[in-house]
Amino acid sequence: MKPAEPVSSDYTEPGVPGMVRDWSADKQAFDMPWGKLMMWIFLLSDTFIFSVFLTGYMKVRLSATDPWPPVSEIFALTVGGVHLPLLLIAIMTFILITSSGTMAMAVNYAYRGDRRRTVILMSITAVLGASFVGLQAFEWTKLIQDGVRPWGNPWGAAQFGSTFFMITGFHGLHVSAGVIYLAIIARKVARGDYEKKGYAIVEITGLYWHFVDLVWVFIFAFFYLW
Amino acid sequence: MSDTAGELHPIGIYLKIWLLLFVLSAFSYMVDYFELQGYLRWTLILIFMTLKAGLIVSIFMHFQWERLALKYTLLLPTLAIMVLIALMLIEGDYTFATRHAYFDLG
Repeated sequence: MKPAEPVSSDYTEPGVPGMVRDWSADKQAFDMPWGKLMMWIFLLSDTFIFSVFLTGYMKVRLSATDPWPPVSEIFALTVGGVHLPLLLIAIMTFILITSSGTMAMAVNYAYRGDRRRTVILMSITAVLGASFVGLQAFEWTKLIQDGVRPWGNPWGAAQFGSTFFMITGFHGLHVSAGVIYLAIIARKVARGDYEKKGYAIVEITGLYWHFVDLVWVFIFAFFYLW
Repeated sequence: MSDTAGELHPIGIYLKIWLLLFVLSAFSYMVDYFELQGYLRWTLILIFMTLKAGLIVSIFMHFQWERLALKYTLLLPTLAIMVLIALMLIEGDYTFATRHAYFDLG
């Protein structure tokens, strides 16, 4: 693996002395386009939002006196007579991971200047994202039909419903926004809007998309598996 | 500034990481499928989660190729989240205990 080529000779010094120089020298502190830095800062703030949601979920689950509903059973599907726990969530996880893979490749092809492959891969990513949202809509419908509400459910602790709808709802909103974002950028790439400006925008879009996948890793572990 | 710097890793690495994420997800699913319980379950879930999150951030988001100036800017604030989690762990146990004491749940 080749380490990143520095953008200019001003950003070559490694380690902590290099960091001190980046911050203190008469130049911009971060060696990247401003849009990419802003995306990172936004994602940091989004990290706080999802962390607070998950911490809140941890707190109400710890202090609930009723038993927590059997999550594995609630999200089970029966396929061809075989009962599979958590199958729907597993499929959604694989879809999102695959979309992250295609997005990473889209970023790579964008920097190689391969517009056709970039657009195709971004479109695949958007379609996978849309199918994730579709499955989530199916999941919500099923749960609402089963009688899950933010204030109660048939199996146990009432806090299950409120945390479920809030956390997965907010994540689903992020995925939906990401699909729209991807579609817009993919269209502009296809039109050749970035031929002069450069393709950092694809990497920035990718950062957002990978973050959505990252959040799902934590939701999957703490909400569905715990 | 040039935008092309450092992004020309071979495509193969993304396919490998994708495969690895797939396998790790399958492992976490197995934890549930085989109904592992207690500390073994929680430890495995946390291990697979951390590995997956680490791979996504460091390779897919190119974090490991960024300069320290950005790494510290992004990682240090998350320490505040750790403090919040620790506080809420204590608070959650406390609320549970008081509910039992006052609602006489036994």
